[in-house]
Amino acid sequence: MNVTVKTFAQLREITQEGCFTLTLPESAVTMGDVITLLKSRSDKWSQALGASAGSENGSVLMARNQQLCDIQTHVQPGDELAFFPPVTGG
Amino acid sequence: MFALIGDADFDQQWLYNRLRQEASQKAKGNVGAIVTFTGLVRDNNADGNILGIELEHYPGMTEQALTNLVQEAITRFSLTSAGAVHRVGRLYNDEQIVWVGTAAPHRAAAFEGANFLMDMLKQSVPLWKKEFTRDNSRWVEVKASDDKAALAWLREK
Repeated sequence: MNVTVKTFAQLREITQEGCFTLTLPESAVTMGDVITLLKSRSDKWSQALGASAGSENGSVLMARNQQLCDIQTHVQPGDELAFFPPVTGG
Repeated sequence: MFALIGDADFDQQWLYNRLRQEASQKAKGNVGAIVTFTGLVRDNNADGNILGIELEHYPGMTEQALTNLVQEAITRFSLTSAGAVHRVGRLYNDEQIVWVGTAAPHRAAAFEGANFLMDMLKQSVPLWKKEFTRDNSRWVEVKASDDKAALAWLREK
């Protein structure tokens, strides 16, 4: 299945991929699976997601269809998945 | 209520009028307090002077998160109405960057609601600041304790 992957801020700069379509194997069902797949995509992605992505005190937040989620969240065909650092507005 | 994201500067008087009108339509005669806050871009950080900031956002999610936040403030503090505006893009020192406004029967709720909006906005709305100087630029870091609060806040939606 295909999903759209988006990145923002530091993650966008490190990966140099702000928005692209990712084809997931059938075995990939959760955000955690997607992270594993992305980490193997390139050294840049491995660096961007790091060891702490998805953990409670991780420095990477993730969203499925514009709602924050976690590594246990299931993904569906056509989903928009996003990865970004903690927010700094205000 | 209203929640606006945009790159253009905003007019406080227009926002105040809109909030006052909305509150009046909802509870005419019982709006005793309106509190507004405006944030400006400072010309310095811990390391020295900066020229301004670049604000990145997540189109779609940012608007929704800000809307959720304003609605949460209205419910939590029994506000008559509330509004929030955040600018994105490149902003120079002394420019307006953020505005929140709250209307309530009494001032305590209006002040509390405005404080809540600003505190949570800094944690739960997908916006990222990058400070730039003449020679380079740097993403603004956030405290680890803020990450957890942000995640907890949005998971409640």
